[in-house]
This record gives sequence, C-alpha cells and structure tokens, in this order.
Amino acid sequence: MNSNIVVKVENLGKQYKIGAVVDRSPTLRDAIVRAVRRPVEVLRGQALPRKEIIWALRNVSFEVERGKVLGIIGRNGAGKSTLLKVLSRITEPSEGYARITGRVGSLLEVGTGFNPELTGRENIFLNGAILGMRRSEIDRKFDEIVEFSGVEKFIETPVKRYSSGMYLRLAFSVAAHLEPEILVVDEVLAVGDAEFQRRCIGKMSEVAGEGRTVLFVSHNMSAVIRLTEESIVLQNGQMVYRAPTQEAVEFYMSSGYSQSSERRWSLDEIPDSAKPFRPIALRVKDPRGNIGDVVRSIEPLTVEMEYELEEDIQGLRVGIYLLTMRGDLVFVSFDTDSGPEYEKFGTRPAGRYVSRCQIPADFFNEGQYVIGINASSYRVKRFFQEEHALSFSIDSMGAPGKQWPEVRMGSVRPRLNWQIEEQF
Amino acid sequence: MLKPTKGWISLNLGDLWQYRELVYFLTWRDILVRYKQTLLGAAWAIIQPLMQMVIFNFLFGNMAEISTGEVPRTIFTFSALLPWNLFSKSLSDASRSLVSNRGMITKVYFPRLVIPLASILSGLVDFLIAFVILAGMMVYYQVSVTSTIWILPLVILFTLVLALGVGLWFSAWNLHYRDVGYFIPFLTQFWMLASPIAYPLSEIPQQWQTLYMINPMVGVVESFRWALVGGDPVPTLALILTGGISIVVLVSGLFYFRRMERTFADTV
Repeated sequence: MNSNIVVKVENLGKQYKIGAVVDRSPTLRDAIVRAVRRPVEVLRGQALPRKEIIWALRNVSFEVERGKVLGIIGRNGAGKSTLLKVLSRITEPSEGYARITGRVGSLLEVGTGFNPELTGRENIFLNGAILGMRRSEIDRKFDEIVEFSGVEKFIETPVKRYSSGMYLRLAFSVAAHLEPEILVVDEVLAVGDAEFQRRCIGKMSEVAGEGRTVLFVSHNMSAVIRLTEESIVLQNGQMVYRAPTQEAVEFYMSSGYSQSSERRWSLDEIPDSAKPFRPIALRVKDPRGNIGDVVRSIEPLTVEMEYELEEDIQGLRVGIYLLTMRGDLVFVSFDTDSGPEYEKFGTRPAGRYVSRCQIPADFFNEGQYVIGINASSYRVKRFFQEEHALSFSIDSMGAPGKQWPEVRMGSVRPRLNWQIEEQF
Repeated sequence: MLKPTKGWISLNLGDLWQYRELVYFLTWRDILVRYKQTLLGAAWAIIQPLMQMVIFNFLFGNMAEISTGEVPRTIFTFSALLPWNLFSKSLSDASRSLVSNRGMITKVYFPRLVIPLASILSGLVDFLIAFVILAGMMVYYQVSVTSTIWILPLVILFTLVLALGVGLWFSAWNLHYRDVGYFIPFLTQFWMLASPIAYPLSEIPQQWQTLYMINPMVGVVESFRWALVGGDPVPTLALILTGGISIVVLVSGLFYFRRMERTFADTV
C-alpha cells in the first residue's frame, strides 16, 4: 500500500433504522412487549416485523494522500455528515472500513461542550480537552487563542454573557489551534458574520498550507473552491463524482442537486389580519427555471411571489425586502414601482396573481441572502409581512475579480465597465 | 482502522488512559458548575446531609426509638449518610451523564467511559467537604478514632467502584430508555431504606443478616461507621461481600457499556 495514503475508505456504508431512531427513544415497555412477543411470533412462524432501514452512506470508496485537502459536497441528507462522523470515530460504519493513519481532529461544530456558566478561560481549557488537546498544549497556546478570538477583556466573564458573535469567535479560536495530522471539518463556516467567515477561511487555508490533510464539508461553494484542490460529490449516500474541485462543483451545480428553495404558506400560517390578501408561495429561480437555493452570481435570478386576493384591493403593492444574512438591508422593491404598472393596478381585482421580477446578473456578491415579503396599501394598511420568508446562496464562481482569491467585501458585486487610459 | 464490530469487544482501557486529562477536565467542570448561581454555594454539600440527619434522628430516634448503642446518634447517622450520599449522588449523576452530555457524544470522539467516570469523581468533592464536618462532630462528641481507620480509603474505593458499576449499566440504558431516569429516584430511596443508615445492622434478625448483606451498601455503611468509631462485631463478611459484588458489577458494567458504546451516537 502506498504509504502516502493517510485516509483509505473502502466500501463504507452506514445504515440507520428509522422509526427506532428518528421518532423517539423506545421505552422500556416497548422492549418488554417485544421480548415477550418475539418468541411467540417465531413459534407461530410469523416473519419478524421488518424495521425500515435507510442507508445514509453506501459503497463509498476513496483515498486521500498526505497533505491533500479534499472537499465533500452534496445537498442536505446526501451523507456528508454521516461520512465525517464515521471518519472521526463518532459512530461505527455498518459495513466496509476506513483506514486512517495519524491523529484525527474533528470539527463538526465549534464550541462543543462549552458550558454557559463557565468563563471564557475555563471554556478554552474544557473545549480544548474535549477536542483532544493536551493540557500543556492548551497552556502553551492559551495567549494565542485569546488574542485570535479578540475577547481578551471578557476572558474572565461567563460565556453566557457573551454576544453570539463573541461566543463563536472564542469557540472557533480554540478549534483553529487544534493541530491534528488529519483535520475533519463540517460546515463550521456557515455560522457567524462575514468578518468571522473571512477569518475562518483564512485560518483554514493556513492549515491546509501547512501540509496537513483536511477533509472539508461545506455548502459554501466558493469556500470549497478556494480551499480544496479535489472534491467528491455525494448523492443519496453514494459517491457519484470525484474530480478537481472546479469540475466537481460545476457537476454539482448543474445537476440540480442543489436544494429546492420555495416558501409555501399553508392556510393556518396566515394571520386573519392579512385578509383579503392570501400569500401562496415565494420562490427563487435560476435562468433555466430550476428552483434552487444556490444561484450563480453571473446569472440573472427570478423572484416570484404567488398570491390570491379574495376581494379587490385599492393601491396594493407587493414587494420584497432583500437582506444579507447579517440582516443588512440591500434593497426594497415593489411590483408597482414602475409608472405604467402603478397606473394599471390602481385597484387590483380579486383573483390569483404572480408578481415576478428579475434581478440582473452580476449583481450579488457571494454569500447568503434573505428575502422578506410585504403586501400593503401605502398609508392604508399593511396586509401581510414576513421578514425571513426565504433564503438562498449566491455562488460567485466567474464573478469579476475572482482572479484574486481574497474575499471581496460588500453585498453587491457589480461588473462595472472599467477603462484604464494612459494619460499623456 | 474503523470497521463494524460485533459482539463483546475489548475494554480498550489504554484509550481511556490516553484521555485521562479529559476525565480531569470534565470532573473539574462538574464541580465548578454544580454550585454556580446559588447563594450558599458549596455549603450545600454540608447542609444537605445535615438536614437528612436531623430528619432521620427524629424519625428513628424520637419516634421509633431505635437504639444506636454507645455511639452518639448524630455521629451514627451522619457517618452513614456520608458514604450513602457519595454513592447515591454519584450513581444518579453517572446514570444521567450520557444523556446530559449528548451534545459532545454526537460531535467528538473520545472514550465514552470518560463521561460517567467524571461524574463519579466529582461526587467525591462533596463527600470530602462533608467529611470535614464529620471530623468536627467527632471532636465535639469526643469520639476517639480507632486504629481501624486504615480501612476507610478501601471502603470509599468500593463505594466508587459500585456506583460506577451500577452507573455504567444505567447510563447505557438511559440512553435507550429514558424510563431509567424516572426509575432511579425510587431505586435510591428504596435502597437507602434497605441499608443500615438510621438503624444498626443488629436490628436485623440474625437469620436474615447474611441475606441482608447481599446489598453491597450494607458492607459500605457498616464498615465506614466501624472504621471511624470502632465497636464490634467487625463487619468482615459484609465487607467481603461488598468488595466482591462491587467488582463483579463494575466489570460487567464495563463490558456492557463498551458493547453499547458503538450505538450511542446513533441513539442519543
């Protein structure tokens, strides 16, 4: 065997019995009833009741060489987290095996075991020990960890008094100073604000640059592209693709695996005050009409609001609020913003409608965005409002300025028509 | 090498040794957190057994008028409550420990034995605090320590071994069947009445005594009291039974725990 291969996964599979796991913990009564019934059923020649089994992971085989950074992509439920859990020894595989050479550090979450009652200092030691650091190692890195987290002033304060941002920074800071030979990272970058994410990605690329082996799961395609050379794509527990990351991401994005994102309102969710306005659905579509939660920034995207009016409404405007994940407002726009539409729909008759708008290509920067909706008659009544109706991610592959791997700040990323003239 | 395992697996205590620092940190956390945001703090470690003692003295002394021999009733009851509380607290903490630390179990690998082990050890601190009070009481009542005190560490060790053994069984069950959590308070209450805490062993009819000693806490409580205040008879049989049963419970608990460990993250 090639000694350079530090992770070898062969035919790995993990099954879960659903019903036993998902529903609730079985009670003692169930166990007793089962224990009594089973022999009777076997005697009667009845088949044992089959539990429904799902394979969260099946027939997955791959190898990773020392010092390589492997991305793992796939939509929710594709088996990414299960794979990482098996590789980090949290759960056992049901079949196949994985051979790992070296000390594994897993970061499936930041702040595992943080206790809100304990101070920042105490939590650094506790969390470090949980992640597998030695006490001497934590002692040595303590100052560095505190400095990186930027919470020096509050290090003797119980973390329950921290803001969520401080909490995350401290937690990530401990994790970032873990020095295993093989690092397994899940979606930890999905939390926190843009600045925090920037630091995380910076630290991650540092780790990767030090020649350590990293397995990296993320929904943030840009992060995957920036940090990994090669990626595997999982779908329904199976590995369907392995290629250089750029290709793997293209494959993943184009095959419609991305999660559908549509907000549908059921009748009981709509307050009575909304009458006669009744929201039906809100969705984001890419130019091919796919309803996906990941849209590329270099393509236009369509926002569609479907609703019904039980009566005529005068001066109705239906619109969207677009916010960043941090809650900064990017813009507000209504369907009767334009003069002709405004004239035409002075009174909107009862009936079913779709209000649709297109947000042009090269508008958003990468990241997560949130759409809120609002239906109102100006200065008369606000019928319906929901601030976080839907979220989607923008992937900035191919956006202007991507030749530099740095994170581009700002929530919009327009393709401006720059000209450089030499002046004489 | 990660692959499916079947049946009984080795204890892999070497792995536990590797993670000894985590045992230390979790014990330390449990102690730190226990009395946070209380007015009286660690004083509770003293108040609780004192209150219990007052109630017991009233019930068994004033009402039932059970004799405690030459030993002052206060010392008699308090010296039994200490090992008992060490046992029952450690047992119920350990039994709940896996469920209350499930966040860690699903996110990080470490030998799961670390968790119940740390709960057992953190019970020891309350015990030591209360022990200082007991020493003070003994000075006050002028009860002199006998040469039998050397056996005390052994008795404490047996208490911890037994609590860990039973705790291992229960913590693994509790993960699958939360019923265990409801059952434990009854169990400890019943078990307490079945142990010679407020009454001496001699209250039990002679012919039933051996049977009574099957309860390993009989040996613990009797020996603990005997080690401090002396007197006869020497509870040799009870102590031997306690030692034997504790070790059997611990070893079987360890194997059962290891066997169930692989499904912890999936069932929690």
